[in-house]
Amino acid sequence: MPGPGSAQRWAAAAGRWSCRLLALLLLVPGPGGASEITFELPDNAKQCFYEDITQGTKCTLEFQVITGGHYDVDCRLEDPDGNVLYKEMKKQYDSFTFTASKNGTYKFCFSNEFSTFTHKTVYFDFQVGEDPPLFPSENRVSALTQMESACVSIHEALKSVIDYQTHFRLREAQGRSRAEDLNTRVAYWSVGEALILLVVSIGQVFLLKSFFSDKRTTTTRVGS
Amino acid sequence: GRGWGTARATGMALPLLLGQLLALMGPGDAFYLEVRELEEKCFIQEIPDGTVVIGNYKTELYDPAMEKYQPSPQWINLFVFVKDPENKNLLARQYGPQGSFTFTSQSPGEHQICLHLESIRFALFYDGKLAIHLDMQLGERTNDYAEFAAKDKLTQLHLRVQQLVEQVELIQKEQEYQRWREERFRQTSESTNQRVLWWSILQTFILVATGVWQMQHLKSFFKAKKLV
Repeated sequence: MPGPGSAQRWAAAAGRWSCRLLALLLLVPGPGGASEITFELPDNAKQCFYEDITQGTKCTLEFQVITGGHYDVDCRLEDPDGNVLYKEMKKQYDSFTFTASKNGTYKFCFSNEFSTFTHKTVYFDFQVGEDPPLFPSENRVSALTQMESACVSIHEALKSVIDYQTHFRLREAQGRSRAEDLNTRVAYWSVGEALILLVVSIGQVFLLKSFFSDKRTTTTRVGS
Repeated sequence: GRGWGTARATGMALPLLLGQLLALMGPGDAFYLEVRELEEKCFIQEIPDGTVVIGNYKTELYDPAMEKYQPSPQWINLFVFVKDPENKNLLARQYGPQGSFTFTSQSPGEHQICLHLESIRFALFYDGKLAIHLDMQLGERTNDYAEFAAKDKLTQLHLRVQQLVEQVELIQKEQEYQRWREERFRQTSESTNQRVLWWSILQTFILVATGVWQMQHLKSFFKAKKLV
């Protein structure tokens, strides 16, 4: 049986590993958090996302269509029993807050089934509960010092700044997508209309000429 | 066995247990989506350069007998491909059934993150449903504050201020990216403006030129036909 030296070494190794694992524990969000995702929804497709939510958690679903067609999408949110909590057709942007009435898997779907050939880029932000605490020993019930409360309120304010920035970025992406569409459409239209003009004006002349070429034989026949 | 005894003796058992529990948990509260094997799902992240993105994921296999999702066996792997706005591959790797992937953006813009599941054994899943739990965090949320605290022995207040500093840096980076995007937008608008301007001039020119040509051609034609 190995002596105490190896046990010490094992303990040191266990200590290091537990610190690493603990660090990993903190990296993963605890109860609550927000997931924001941008994904592409092909035409005639439907994409569903599922999330397990505990009863009593306040959740917010927010979505926005960034590029594609008329910038609209169908959205539908169902609770674990299949009851529809939110259903909107062809919406460009919306935000929906609800409190989970039962435990289970909630499902929300985005559908582009009404569109035949435009695929859409959709952004959504699903906030479940509160954000996880900064460190494990943080106890929200205990009183914070003035400095700490100031930090907490600055943190909340900065979170809303970041939120506004995200919304602004999405709006700008939408505007830019329309501007780029317009740019290509103007290019195609210019070339197309130039060609049409040329074809029509040359065609008119030859058509007119052809009228007189036919009529000349009839008029000479009449004349003679 | 012996290891646990030693761990308990040194008071490290609880973190170790938590760690092991964690390894089974994965991204606790993220959403999941259903996929089939080899079905590729892509996500877009529009981020400024120098942003660290960490994606925590967990995959599960649907068990029809139990009508529930069970954690995936070891031979189901996740393939992650990350493309930056210039279509360069930032990340193209194979990961186990659960864990996390990370990358740092090198240029600002839309990054595409594509995932698909594949079994590295020759097992066919023609009807198998798989679920990918995904949670992508970026910016200051990727920082491990407990590690900062342990390494530099910082107080709680210091940690909070550190978090605020990270948040402000993120805001600054986003604003720089905003300036870059606005410039691109302005270039597109000015290009449209130029195109419309040149098109109007060209159209007027074509109209006048074809009108003149038409008149001349018809005049010479009628003269030839002795109608004028």
